[in-house]
Amino acid sequence: MQLGFLVDLHLCMGCKGCEIACKVENEVPLSTWRLRVKYVDVGTFPETRRTFTPLRCNHCENAPCERICPVSALHYLENGIVNIDKERCIGCAGCVMACPYGAIYIDPQTQTADKCTYCAHRVASSMMPACVVACPVQANIFGDLEDPTSNISKYIQVHQGGVQVRKPEKGTNPHHFYVGGGNITLNPLASHRIEGHQLFNNITTLPVGGHH
Amino acid sequence: MAAHEILAATNAVVTLDIALPGVVWPWLVTVNMWAKSIGTGVIFMLFMLLRMHPESVKNLRLTTTIVAFISINIFLLFTLADLHQPFRMWHIFVYSSWSSAIAWGSFMASIFLGLLTLLAFLAYKKNDETFDKVLLWTAILAIPVTLYTAALMAQCTARELWQMPTEAAQMILAATLSGSAAMILIGGNKLSDEAKKTLGVVLGLSALMAFIIYMSEYIFGPMKAEEVAAVLEYIKGDGPYTVMFWLGQWMTYILPMLFILLSRANKSDSILRLAAILALVGLAIVKHVWLMIPQLLPMS
Repeated sequence: MQLGFLVDLHLCMGCKGCEIACKVENEVPLSTWRLRVKYVDVGTFPETRRTFTPLRCNHCENAPCERICPVSALHYLENGIVNIDKERCIGCAGCVMACPYGAIYIDPQTQTADKCTYCAHRVASSMMPACVVACPVQANIFGDLEDPTSNISKYIQVHQGGVQVRKPEKGTNPHHFYVGGGNITLNPLASHRIEGHQLFNNITTLPVGGHH
Repeated sequence: MAAHEILAATNAVVTLDIALPGVVWPWLVTVNMWAKSIGTGVIFMLFMLLRMHPESVKNLRLTTTIVAFISINIFLLFTLADLHQPFRMWHIFVYSSWSSAIAWGSFMASIFLGLLTLLAFLAYKKNDETFDKVLLWTAILAIPVTLYTAALMAQCTARELWQMPTEAAQMILAATLSGSAAMILIGGNKLSDEAKKTLGVVLGLSALMAFIIYMSEYIFGPMKAEEVAAVLEYIKGDGPYTVMFWLGQWMTYILPMLFILLSRANKSDSILRLAAILALVGLAIVKHVWLMIPQLLPMS
């Protein structure tokens, strides 16, 4: 079994339901996120539109975080999930430095690394990840990539040419795919990031692990 | 050259994302690398001088070993201080993952510290014969100890700037540069003119080669990778680390090279010592800039 995720960006409407569901399900502390939705505005007024991109751990086949972790706190489960053992983590932040997707953070409460685990605890009980359940438009598709009859496999078959991953040049082989993505949504260098310009706040930098 | 192009046609602007994480590996890691360079570097230099100018350094065994011992302890202390869970450090030795450069480095640095302790004991007992035998193995182990940080940086897939061949070269050059500089200061007037000349050559050549590598990355790096180009923008123009970057390059490499030439022309120990001090202080600045700038780039 090789679990994977696919997000159809055509369907995502940026409601952030997945983000909240993840926060609640995993008790993710303030100022940290396992999953978040990035908004990128495109175009010049009045010809503008807003794109939404849910971002989470990519559960890479060749995960840099798993490789760099000195104590195997980051490890693979049999179903392909890159899981984390917070009791073992020493907080060296090597994984934070290694992850090309910025998906790992230092939990300010436990002072250990943390990230999306595809809700491994729910999956173990045959439940879907919280974000999948919360999505009102079924933009999040989760399943076994090795099973050709799974929803995710069928989705990939149908959208073959349009299936993308983030930063393929890194050689990480993510098990997290996007349909309907583009350079603007998937490449962080393809959009301006104006300091202090956020829709709901003016926080530009967060301290790592709650302190510098 | 533009680091990366945002098409006017798209005029894409991030309007909502999480705030960028602050610097993950702060100045503590700079001190870590700086102290390790000195700790391994002086061992290289002692090993070299004992073969090239044994009479000149025969009384420097204990002093040099103590400097290395203190430096490596500073390196380990700051490594520990940088951990978010420092009391779990022992996990590295119990749950070691051999794919990680951190695990390898922890073991090698611990053995290295053990050997330094033994060397200090032998030097104190004036057992020079055994000291020199142990020093050989310590100098050999110093090579991977100083290189493992380069491996660690190379494992940081997210930080395109840190490429393995260049980082490995920079780490070993940092060790020879800081080791020769520290040895010039440790030896002082006890060193013969020939020994000083040798250390000056090592310092000057290390500075030259490291400077060439930095300049090569500065000029040609952006031609190979979009992320490198974006990162190097932080040390170009009015970038936040431009001043610090050039201050480091001048202090660590350019001025020491000039001062070494001057010291040889004028047979001046003072100028040689000035070059050594500049190189030692500047190395911390250079290391800090190179550590910081890739961490400023948004990953998402």
